[in-house]
Amino acid sequence: MSGAAIVRLSGVGKTFANGTAAIERLDLDVREGEFLTLLGPSGCGKSTALRMIAALSEPTRGTVSWSDANGRGLAPGTIGFVFQEPTLKPWATVAGNVALPLKLKGGDAGQIAARVSDALARVGLSDFAGSYPRELSGGMKMRVSIARALVTDPKILLMDEPFAALDEITRFKLNNDLMAVSSALRMTVVFVTHSVFESAFLSNRIVVMTSRPGRVFAELTIDAPYPRAEAFRTSPEYAAFCRRASDALSQAMESRPMEAKAVEARP
Amino acid sequence: MNENEHMSATARRDRVLRILLPILTILVGGVIWHLVVRINDIPPYVLPGPGLVARTLIADWATLWDSLLVTLVTTFQGLLLALIGGVGLAILFNLSRLVEYAFYPYAVILQVTPIVAIAPLLLIYLPQHLAVLACAWIVAFFPVLANTTLGLNSIDHNLRDLFRLCGATRWQVLFRLKLPAALPYMLEGLKIAGGLSLIGAVVAEIAAGSAGAGSGLAYRIAESGYRLNIPRMFAALLLLSIAGIVIFFALSALSHLALRRWHESAIERES
Ligand SMILES: Nc1ncnc2c1ncn2[C@@H]1O[C@H](COP(=O)(O)OP(=O)(O)O)[C@@H](O)[C@H]1O
Ligand SMILES: [Mg+2]
Repeated sequence: MSGAAIVRLSGVGKTFANGTAAIERLDLDVREGEFLTLLGPSGCGKSTALRMIAALSEPTRGTVSWSDANGRGLAPGTIGFVFQEPTLKPWATVAGNVALPLKLKGGDAGQIAARVSDALARVGLSDFAGSYPRELSGGMKMRVSIARALVTDPKILLMDEPFAALDEITRFKLNNDLMAVSSALRMTVVFVTHSVFESAFLSNRIVVMTSRPGRVFAELTIDAPYPRAEAFRTSPEYAAFCRRASDALSQAMESRPMEAKAVEARP
Repeated sequence: MNENEHMSATARRDRVLRILLPILTILVGGVIWHLVVRINDIPPYVLPGPGLVARTLIADWATLWDSLLVTLVTTFQGLLLALIGGVGLAILFNLSRLVEYAFYPYAVILQVTPIVAIAPLLLIYLPQHLAVLACAWIVAFFPVLANTTLGLNSIDHNLRDLFRLCGATRWQVLFRLKLPAALPYMLEGLKIAGGLSLIGAVVAEIAAGSAGAGSGLAYRIAESGYRLNIPRMFAALLLLSIAGIVIFFALSALSHLALRRWHESAIERES
């Protein structure tokens, strides 16, 4: 189900001006139509990698290249981004927030309204179009944020730990809904998380990263068919995927103290 | 009585007290003032009692009202110019760092130099009405500038990134992100500026009054002082502080109306 690479990171490194080496030699292809998860401990450079994929940040080494199926570069508006916080404009209604990317591009008001109500329907918030963000729960705000990312029909959806701040019940619910939306739209998604369960439920492919500096540690393929239903969560298959991802993650995290020990051992 | 009823009863009592208590303390203050004047037999040209001040206010109403209007018009013109100048300059500073470096010192100099010292100079260079207006503007514009500048710089970085991803122009960022985000700060600055604009106008009118010209309320105070018409001085002073209070509440109400749907400061929490 996954095709050509639409984003390619080759030999990418990122050292911040303060000297922090967040990422070192990252090679990663994002393939058309796949659900790719970057899994790793906090501080391993997942957000940094995602921001470079979105061209919000420049690599200090290596290259990031984008192309659609026809080999052309990605235009603005073809990337949907969901941040860890809902990042809504508090002064605008739910509909106003979702309409933002379309309004920035300009266009017919009637058409914008139609697409906004489509996007709101997708995330189940049609009844809240006129509400203000402060009147919504954390989970609902996140849905608004997702609707805003979907409203432009992006080529690629980037999500940076979107559900990390939510309680487990809300998180499962949103995982199910994201599963439904992304498989219905056949979208390319790059999803960042530190939750093994979330990554095994959602992804085609999991890239496990190690920290300081960030690197790819392991890659797992989850070949269960889409769309995955709630029943998948309790299947032995899913449990096995979770165990594999969890093992990879703990090895990735152990690889750090070992390095530290090696440093200490020096005279 | 259940929990909810209990809460709302407490809230209601709190609201009544908030209005009643200040009225009560002002009344008590008035009574004490009256008694002090009465018991010590203080003559009205030293300290008039509240009753005499009220009678003077009524007797001289026509003159005082005209003067009040003059002062209020100057205050509002000063405030309006402060809003335009403060916000305009803040936007300019925000768009160009170089402009900010070059002109921010001027804004600070205008702010830190006491207006009492500037007013007589302005009266030499400008026609009296313009000089008074300039004083009101000078003291009022800085809080608008400083607060708006802070507001324009306090935008959510992720929202800024989102605008970038959507290919927004700098004008779209300004009008759709920075200015709305700065609105609460701007309104807070305006609230401070309202009182200051009145003070600026009063200071300049007093300075003008010492030159024997003018028609505003502060000029009336100066003039009544020269004529030892102390009750009228008090009446004008009373009007002036009422005007200040009304301006403050009007601007607070404006701020509340503009922000009540979304900003934390304007939201009444239900417990
Ligand atoms: N703008 C920045 N300036 C300096 N250091 C940064 C910046 N952003 C992130 N870092 C550092 O880079 C490392 C990776 O950060 P990040 O990509 O946010 O990790 P993750 O998202 O995996 O938790 C961290 O050590 C972090 O402190
Ligand atoms: Mg992160």
